[in-house]
Amino acid sequence: MRTKRRMGWHRYVNLMTVATTLTVIFVVLPILWMIVSSFKGPGSINTDAVLPHPWSAANYEAAFSAQSQDPFYRYILNSLLVTVCSTALVLGIGTLAGYGLGRMPMRGKLPIMVSLLMISVFPAIAVIAPLFLILREIGWLNSYQDLILPYTAFNLPFAIWILRNYFLGIPKEMEETGRIDGASPLRTVWSIVLPQAKPGLFTAGIFTFTACWTEFLMSLSFNTTNTYKTIPVGLATVGSLYATPFGQIFAVSCVASVPIAVLVLVFRKSVVSGLTSGAVKG
Amino acid sequence: MADVALEKVIKVYPNGFTAVHEFDLSIADGEFMVLVGPSGCGKTTLLRMVAGLEDITGGVLRIGGTVVNDLSPKERDIAMVFQNYALYPHMTVGENIGFALKLRKMPKAEIDRKVREAAQVLGLTEWIDRKPAQLSGGQRQRVAMGRAIVREPSVFLMDEPLSNLDAKLRVQMRAEVSRIQRGLGVATVYVTHDQTEAMTMGDRVAVIRDGYLQQCDTPQALYDHPRNMFVAAFIGSPAMNLYEGTLEQGASAVRIGSQTVALTDQVRTARPALAGYGGRSLVVGIRPEHLPAVDGQDGPELHGDVDLVEALGSEQLVHFTLDARRVLAEGAHEDDAEQLLKHGEGVARVDPRSAVKPGETARFSVDVDRMQFFDAASGEAITG
Ligand SMILES: Nc1ncnc2c1ncn2[C@@H]1O[C@H](COP(=O)(O)OP(=O)(O)O)[C@@H](O)[C@H]1O
Ligand SMILES: [Mg+2]
Repeated sequence: MRTKRRMGWHRYVNLMTVATTLTVIFVVLPILWMIVSSFKGPGSINTDAVLPHPWSAANYEAAFSAQSQDPFYRYILNSLLVTVCSTALVLGIGTLAGYGLGRMPMRGKLPIMVSLLMISVFPAIAVIAPLFLILREIGWLNSYQDLILPYTAFNLPFAIWILRNYFLGIPKEMEETGRIDGASPLRTVWSIVLPQAKPGLFTAGIFTFTACWTEFLMSLSFNTTNTYKTIPVGLATVGSLYATPFGQIFAVSCVASVPIAVLVLVFRKSVVSGLTSGAVKG
Repeated sequence: MADVALEKVIKVYPNGFTAVHEFDLSIADGEFMVLVGPSGCGKTTLLRMVAGLEDITGGVLRIGGTVVNDLSPKERDIAMVFQNYALYPHMTVGENIGFALKLRKMPKAEIDRKVREAAQVLGLTEWIDRKPAQLSGGQRQRVAMGRAIVREPSVFLMDEPLSNLDAKLRVQMRAEVSRIQRGLGVATVYVTHDQTEAMTMGDRVAVIRDGYLQQCDTPQALYDHPRNMFVAAFIGSPAMNLYEGTLEQGASAVRIGSQTVALTDQVRTARPALAGYGGRSLVVGIRPEHLPAVDGQDGPELHGDVDLVEALGSEQLVHFTLDARRVLAEGAHEDDAEQLLKHGEGVARVDPRSAVKPGETARFSVDVDRMQFFDAASGEAITG
């Protein structure tokens, strides 16, 4: 049989590449638009021009200047603090819980796993009102812990699922060798289990980080003073009745996207393998 | 270094299944003890109980004279090699071998020295900085051994450590494991389902079936004097030919199918109980090498229709058929092919120069004095 060799541009254009390209454009265009617009000066932001003319960093300077009406740098720091703390807690507690559920002899594992799954699909809006009342009662409104605590709780179930699936995939004999060699259970988890569950940790970590970084409802409801606002709320509540500083919003959005972009770029391989392995084994 | 003693050890799993029944076994200091039996007979369970990874339901386990039933694996001072090696993929060969020492807070320089020593013994020096994923099967097996020997434990436990290797490497590693064990002189319990491995490696071999100890003895004694049909059929390759037979009155001869083999006085004196079986049916066992082709002398013979001749150079394996009923010792045959043995099929090991051809009837002289006799109902050997 003779296979026809595709020549010239036919080699690159087929249905698959066209479809892929269209999808990519569809997803990337808004992001590109955000980046490009953040460099537009006050004169061109509301015009039809595709590219800034001239390119200007004025929006960034304005948004992060000390005189800015909205302390964006403060919001970003708040977000960082809340997100990093929540992620660390989720990974720490999730590791122990996932290991227990995956490995330890324990009664009622199935009901626990099912409840976790149910909690993880529970709409956050349903708990905001009661949570608000509780937090007000204990005087935690407008603080960091009023976000860290619920963020940790809401992101734990998914992390526990992912990590448990990872632990299940590690041969039991590795831990038994550790036991025979005299490693304590915590040491076994730390030195033998966790290094092998790294992709799972990255996956759970990045999902938690992203979820906390972009969380809006709770943050909006619980923290109303500028001192504790996180960046998504800060961005949404910016401006006054008469003017919305779109340029600055674009600039801050760009900056706010950086941590997530960096995380995903650095750990993309691990995340992909973490997701697929969870899918296959789970 | 220490001896190990199991006294009436029982294992009942949480689901109620009894995997090990009142098991008695003692392993002397420095001895290489092999536990062998078909898969599922409880070998791993036994080993894991000795290791402390599995609770002991009943009985007493002593290591070095001390009862260790309730001691943790760490306190028992044993080292175990698992079937899948269980190497840590994120550590190098050196780190894998040294991990147990690191846990003991041994100074780094000393760990280093001991790891290098172990690597030297095992021929792993070149690979010491590699990760397990970069090693071949045989090298991984060596690393698992290294991890065990570097600890200088009082007892070695090995669960089918060679079963993941290809046939040729397995034979090489058999010799190597034996050599290392002799060099260290540490009591070793070695589990395998491969009777050849058991016979070639063990100082003594314990044959297990369905959680019961069948017989524990030196390989030669097991081969020559199996205590029951199961051991007789399990030990030896090709397996012993087991036929249903009928003993003549006074044990003068045994009828196998339509043929009669006269028994000697020696047989009768060696097995006085045989007299009681006069006129009754029993099971006759003849090893393939005790059925040489007739070379002119007269003596008891068996005639069989030759189905197949396997020429192996040093010998020929002749597959033949008799008109007697072949007896299968339940569970003793690893592969299903053996279960499908034809009605009266047997195997003889004959001299490579004897001209035996498929389709012909061959005459085999019977080494009557080495024939085995078993009770047809209980399967026990008929001895004194
Ligand atoms: N955790 C367990 N729970 C219940 N039964 C088990 C368990 N582990 C093993 N068994 C059963 O015990 C028997 C012996 O198992 P094992 O010791 O692994 O056999 P072997 O190593 O000789 O192949 C088998 O029938 C097996 O099904
Ligand atoms: Mg086993």
